[in-house]
Amino acid sequence: MQPYAKKVDFSVPVRGEVREIGISPIVLSAEDITVTFGGFVAVNGMNLALRKNELHFLIGPNGAGKTTMLDVICGKTRPAAGRVLLGDGLDITKKRDYEIAGLGVGRKFQAPSIFANLSVKENLELTLDPDRSVFRALKVRRNRCTTFEMKKVLEQIGLPDRLHVRAGSLSHGEKQWLEIGMLLLQKPRLLLLDEPVAGMTDEETMKTGMLLQDIAKACSVVVVEHDMDFVRSFAAKVTVMHEGKLLKEGSMAEIQRDPMVAEVYLGKRRETNAQAAGH
Amino acid sequence: MVLKWLTGNPGSRTKRILWSVLLLLMCMAPLFMTPFRLGLLTKFLALAILAVGLDLIWGYGGILSLGHGVFFGLGAYAMAMYLKLEASGTSLPDFMSWSGVEGLPWFWEPFRSFPAALILGMLLPALLALILGFFTFRNRIVGVYFTILTQALVMIVVTLFVGKQEWTGGTNGLTGYPSILGFNLNTPSTKIGLYFITLAALAGAYVLCRRIVSSRVGQVLEASRDGENRVRFLGFDPSRYKTFAFAVSGGLAGLAGMLFVLQVGIISPSMMGIVPSIEMVLWVALGGRGTLIGAIIGTVLLNSAKTGISEAYPEGWLLVLGALFVIVVVLMPKGLVGVWSKVVSSLSRRGGTVHAAVRKEG
Ligand SMILES: Nc1ncnc2c1ncn2[C@@H]1O[C@H](COP(=O)(O)OP(=O)(O)OP(=O)(O)O)[C@@H](O)[C@H]1O
Ligand SMILES: [Mg+2]
Repeated sequence: MQPYAKKVDFSVPVRGEVREIGISPIVLSAEDITVTFGGFVAVNGMNLALRKNELHFLIGPNGAGKTTMLDVICGKTRPAAGRVLLGDGLDITKKRDYEIAGLGVGRKFQAPSIFANLSVKENLELTLDPDRSVFRALKVRRNRCTTFEMKKVLEQIGLPDRLHVRAGSLSHGEKQWLEIGMLLLQKPRLLLLDEPVAGMTDEETMKTGMLLQDIAKACSVVVVEHDMDFVRSFAAKVTVMHEGKLLKEGSMAEIQRDPMVAEVYLGKRRETNAQAAGH
Repeated sequence: MVLKWLTGNPGSRTKRILWSVLLLLMCMAPLFMTPFRLGLLTKFLALAILAVGLDLIWGYGGILSLGHGVFFGLGAYAMAMYLKLEASGTSLPDFMSWSGVEGLPWFWEPFRSFPAALILGMLLPALLALILGFFTFRNRIVGVYFTILTQALVMIVVTLFVGKQEWTGGTNGLTGYPSILGFNLNTPSTKIGLYFITLAALAGAYVLCRRIVSSRVGQVLEASRDGENRVRFLGFDPSRYKTFAFAVSGGLAGLAGMLFVLQVGIISPSMMGIVPSIEMVLWVALGGRGTLIGAIIGTVLLNSAKTGISEAYPEGWLLVLGALFVIVVVLMPKGLVGVWSKVVSSLSRRGGTVHAAVRKEG
């Protein structure tokens, strides 16, 4: 059932934790989102509500529109129709990407995109200060003190001793964690992660899953993922997309029982099982 | 021991000593240089102010401007206009009466005042850079496209200055002004005074840029050079940072132009054209971009070479310039400073003091 569990000994209960689905407040809702690329409809009237303290997985076959959905939320892509609202009712559909980031929506793209030429510390420093204006930045010297918050995040992402290392020399997994750490320092209300464990070893995947659960205690986390074993191990709530539309939403158990999902995923499921067997 | 001292080993005390010695040497230059040579050095130091600003945007922000001649020219013209008015006294500047202009154009009026000319000489180029930067960076025009735009700016401005002869002196530019605030520009004592003013201005420009790059602004500039999109999704608007740096760089180029005019006594459109603009970039490239000090070294070295070679073989310079360009791009992408730190690190590795080298490389 849980292939990672056999290899890594972890004492934290993963699925036993009680999480009340549907009770916590909504952090962000995307309503009737439609995105077209030159006539091709990539997302078609999709709805998505994200709640506080929720580790929410967004799955679906290739080309279902998952990445595009994240792009719409973080302001990278403008939807042709629909709107995106923050929990307090603020409409962010027309805001610029950096403004949305400033409102506490953190986005992590699939490939690690830390700043290779800066040290781990300097990478973290970038997001430490909530004021992003030039004049504020002129007053702050770079590479100065290590704050308590920075240390806390370093512990959390498991890189406490890598502070002065050039970020480009970290391993693939460490880079991904560093990037998550940078997002954490912004004290986000919502984190959007696109396939964060792709290319990671089983052990790293496990660590990442636990990190994400930890993060979800303070904010809302959305993860786009193909690795079904990973989803099974960590998901509190799962949304399935297919051809730009919402196919099914619910707990992992509900999703797995659903005949429609099974049909859409049949090919994909076999593939994943074969992969898992190959490990 | 000497080697360790030369490498500027982390201890900031050695660094401070090194800087003091350098500054002391520079201050004593008037003692052992002829007025002519001192004038040349002053000219190079003035140009180095521009180079430091160019390195700020190119070395740290990754923005390649081939249009700094314009900002330089605006500063130079601002100073020249003041000087020309001072020299003409109550009558119109000579070239205006030759072109049949009746009265002084309104935009010449502010340049009657020295402080106004001084401020406008930096403010106008900074403002032009600000406007250009605002519209281009905000629309995410970057890389080669931005560079081409700066070249277009050069062509527009040069054409305007050549065409409006009655206002700008046309191809001949502005010349024929022997004194500033009553001091004759050619007496040795004025030359020494200007040397110290220029030296102080360069030191000020260096400190300003050093402060900027060691603040978070420098960090954001470097980060957006390496991944602009990423910076945006971290909540920064990189275009504001770039526009700010570009405006500072433009203002410094204006300052350089003002001090330059005081040395050479002439400014013409050809001195702010495309070839000089490209040459400026080469000063920074040769010295080593992204180091600030390299920009100064490159400017002084290349301009000394230019003077020497032009004295001996007038046509030789452009050939040397072209060859240098190829050599720098192919063989020393980090410029002289890069070569220097490589030599130092390999020497000190052999000597056993590894720390300094490793830290430098990091
Ligand atoms: N910029 C674009 N221009 C044109 N078509 C695009 C663009 N971006 C995405 N698409 C198309 O939109 C559809 C949805 O893409 P999207 O990347 O959102 O899928 P996905 O669910 O993330 O898929 P995957 O699991 O493969 O990452 C795909 O068919 C894709 O080819
Ligand atoms: Mg995708």
